[in-house]
Amino acid sequence: AEVDETLKRIQAHKGVIATMIINAEGIPIRTTLDNSTTVQYAGLLCQLTTKARSTVRDIDPQNDLTFLRIRSKKHEVMVAPDKEYLLVVIQNPCE
Amino acid sequence: IGHPEIFPLVFTTKTQEIFNCRVDEDVTEENCFKIIKKDDIIQDLKMRAAISDFHPVKRVILEYPGEELLVVFDANFQYGQNFYLVASEEAKENFLKPPDTAEEKEEKSEEEKERTLEVHAYKRSVHKPWVSLGSEKEVEEESVKGYVTKIKYMFSRARGKFGAPIRFTDRNASHVKDSYVECTSYQDKTFSIKLLERDVGVQMVPKVKEASTQTKWTYPKNAAMQYSPRQLSNEELEESLSSEKLKEFVTSVHLRMEIALQQNEIMNAFFDDWKALAENESSSGDKSDVYLQAYQSFTDPHYLKDRSISCVRWHPTIHGIIAESATQRYSDEERINPSDKLLLQDSVIIFWSFSDPTRPQLILECPHDIYCFQFSPSDPNIIAGGCFNGQLVLWDTSKNEERLQNAKSITVGVKKSVVNMDSASVVNPSENNDTSEPSYMEDDENDTEPPLVRYCACSSIECSHKTVITDIHWLPDHFEVNRTGITFENRAEICVQLVTCSPDCLILFWDIRVTKIPGKPLFEKAKEKKIFDMPPGVPDTFKHLALSWKPLLKINLRKSDTRMEYSPIKICLLEQHHHYKILDKAQSTNKQKALAKEKPYAKMSVPSKKPLKALESISNNFFVGTKDGEMIYSDWKIKIDSNSGKPPSHKYFIHDEAVNTVQISPFFKDIVLSVGGWNFAIWKEGVTDGPILESSCMTQRYTTGHWSLTRPGVFFIGRDDGNIDIWDLLKKTHEPSYFQHISESTITCISPWIASPKQQFLAVSDDSGVLHVLEICPILSQSSSNEQANVLDYFEREVKYLMNYEKYQEFQAKERTE
Repeated sequence: AEVDETLKRIQAHKGVIATMIINAEGIPIRTTLDNSTTVQYAGLLCQLTTKARSTVRDIDPQNDLTFLRIRSKKHEVMVAPDKEYLLVVIQNPCE
Repeated sequence: IGHPEIFPLVFTTKTQEIFNCRVDEDVTEENCFKIIKKDDIIQDLKMRAAISDFHPVKRVILEYPGEELLVVFDANFQYGQNFYLVASEEAKENFLKPPDTAEEKEEKSEEEKERTLEVHAYKRSVHKPWVSLGSEKEVEEESVKGYVTKIKYMFSRARGKFGAPIRFTDRNASHVKDSYVECTSYQDKTFSIKLLERDVGVQMVPKVKEASTQTKWTYPKNAAMQYSPRQLSNEELEESLSSEKLKEFVTSVHLRMEIALQQNEIMNAFFDDWKALAENESSSGDKSDVYLQAYQSFTDPHYLKDRSISCVRWHPTIHGIIAESATQRYSDEERINPSDKLLLQDSVIIFWSFSDPTRPQLILECPHDIYCFQFSPSDPNIIAGGCFNGQLVLWDTSKNEERLQNAKSITVGVKKSVVNMDSASVVNPSENNDTSEPSYMEDDENDTEPPLVRYCACSSIECSHKTVITDIHWLPDHFEVNRTGITFENRAEICVQLVTCSPDCLILFWDIRVTKIPGKPLFEKAKEKKIFDMPPGVPDTFKHLALSWKPLLKINLRKSDTRMEYSPIKICLLEQHHHYKILDKAQSTNKQKALAKEKPYAKMSVPSKKPLKALESISNNFFVGTKDGEMIYSDWKIKIDSNSGKPPSHKYFIHDEAVNTVQISPFFKDIVLSVGGWNFAIWKEGVTDGPILESSCMTQRYTTGHWSLTRPGVFFIGRDDGNIDIWDLLKKTHEPSYFQHISESTITCISPWIASPKQQFLAVSDDSGVLHVLEICPILSQSSSNEQANVLDYFEREVKYLMNYEKYQEFQAKERTE
């Protein structure tokens, strides 16, 4: 229930298009998009997050990845990684 | 010196005198031997000692066994000197003897020479006596003769001993001595010698080995794999959702996410201020910079006298070709009573080209005045026009397409034809390829007249509209409509259907393909069996439609309250072509060529049996502007009780007079501009309360309007007094941003066109028959980057304002009642 509330709050932010929770294996657990798009995002972002994390840790083993933001022409994809899960939010920031 | 017995000597003349062997006297070449006594030589040696010629061979002479020595005269210097001494007896003998054989040889060779000589001088061969050459001896030797006297022996035995039985016995040969002779073997010593050294030759040869293997031949084979993403089952999902770990995760992560989201909301970190600054400046130009520059104007004294131009259209593919339709100009009285006034002139559609402002390029002949026409978007050679009497007419200008494309060079051709004044034959400019049919040329002799193209097909009068067709559109090529109004996917990918509307309260859908109308009565069939020959020179693309062209679908716009009907003037379908702004010329010509090869429309038939995919996503809706100034929003789905006509979904009273323009914005699929009477309005599909923008009443009538093709917030409106108002929604919404005076008479039609990315034209036609082409200045034609977003914003704001206004009205109404 708390989880739901938090997710709803995030979703209610201005410009947010979609929210997703993906597990460590890349399988989406919770999403507000349709299945095929979610699956696509899950696969791709999981790999990218792993790559980004390994990059950060290669440079400095004491460091770790806390947040990943991808800004594109149309919108911004924000990924908050954790040990087992990934929180992905797609927002349209242009005003 | 070779022969050890021969000693070459030099004999001086003195020596030669002493021994009587003077050259050429005593001793000659033939007789070259001289025997000299040994004693004489020794005496000579003693006397002359060192100077004696025999000195070098003194020793030989002293050792010589014999008494006499042989000295030979060597004429050929065989041994190096002119004489030589033979030092041994044997050699002496040999020397004396061989001369015989030499002599014999000489004789023989002489004889041979004689014989050959004889053969050369041919004489009849005479039998000669047998010359014996000694062969008898051989024969004798070989022949077998009896040498020895033969000895005879006679054996006898008593007769009784013959035939006696024989008894054989064995006898061992070894028992008796000497009964046999044998040669026993013994070890030959020669073979026990050991070979210690042997000469052996060795040759090095590379070892060559042939081997073969068989490899597996891999050939490329297509393999496909199907995969699907892994997904958690529902229970697993629920389990993970409710797990503690997820809760922790979310609590730890959501703060970060919210910060990031807020950052984006506060400010756009990637906004390029520098670029935005430049754009803002360029868009706000001075009023004096905005202009519509007059480019060309077209008028024709012959065809356009006392005529008004009703409709102007640019040719979709060919640069610089513009077509206009001319109608009779009626005074106001005539308009009220459209009586049967004789038409003095033919009704025409005229094609102009930029290259020649005085001569029309092409004339399309029409049965009646054409009030509106359209080029087919998929094949610009097909032109559909709506007549004054309600008929629909089709032209096919594919034969003249080349002429239109080569419009620039026609002027050169004209000069050529003027020089050759052949009366009988038609003299065509060399560029024109397909003028094999001279019949469609009005004037055979003079080539300066533009070609006249007769219409290919016109609809049947009974089934068409009852009054003038005021608007005609081609349906976009991605869908088609069938008899019941359901939209289907259009497999042909070309425009085949038309929609027309007219003030007789009907909206008709037409199909230019062969339609199979089921259940026709016999007499109609018999009529149609008459083979209708097209007049010569007219392309028979639409032969199948001739005279019997019926509309596919009829829509009656009925007013919901009363039994009256609306009379639509202009219609605008909300599903538009997916068109591109500047058509790729190569693409379009290819498409046209493909079409031109066959008669596609005759072969295509409305697929009644083939199941076409019904398209759900096509919007069936349209906006209609009526004669009374109403705007109607409806769709063409026919309900089951179709006899009663269809009540529209929404209607609005905005304009005071007939609506003359209803047009969808080229940028936004749901924004429609309507112009009529003294004002205009902008509508948004879905907003049912009213127009999102309505202009105030102007001083002059608005006669026509058109959106700009490149700037989302700009549109042009033509007025009664010959001015054009240019509205820019981003600048001012209460009055036009610019206006320009174009002509003296009413503007009847405006049509912009993009010739190239830098050049845009605006065609303006007026009531006096003149067509003005103006060039749009860059400020009005080039949009800034975020203009579309701004305009969209503006519309959204207006919509919100409208909704608020409605709410406010309701609120006020409530308050009043309370």
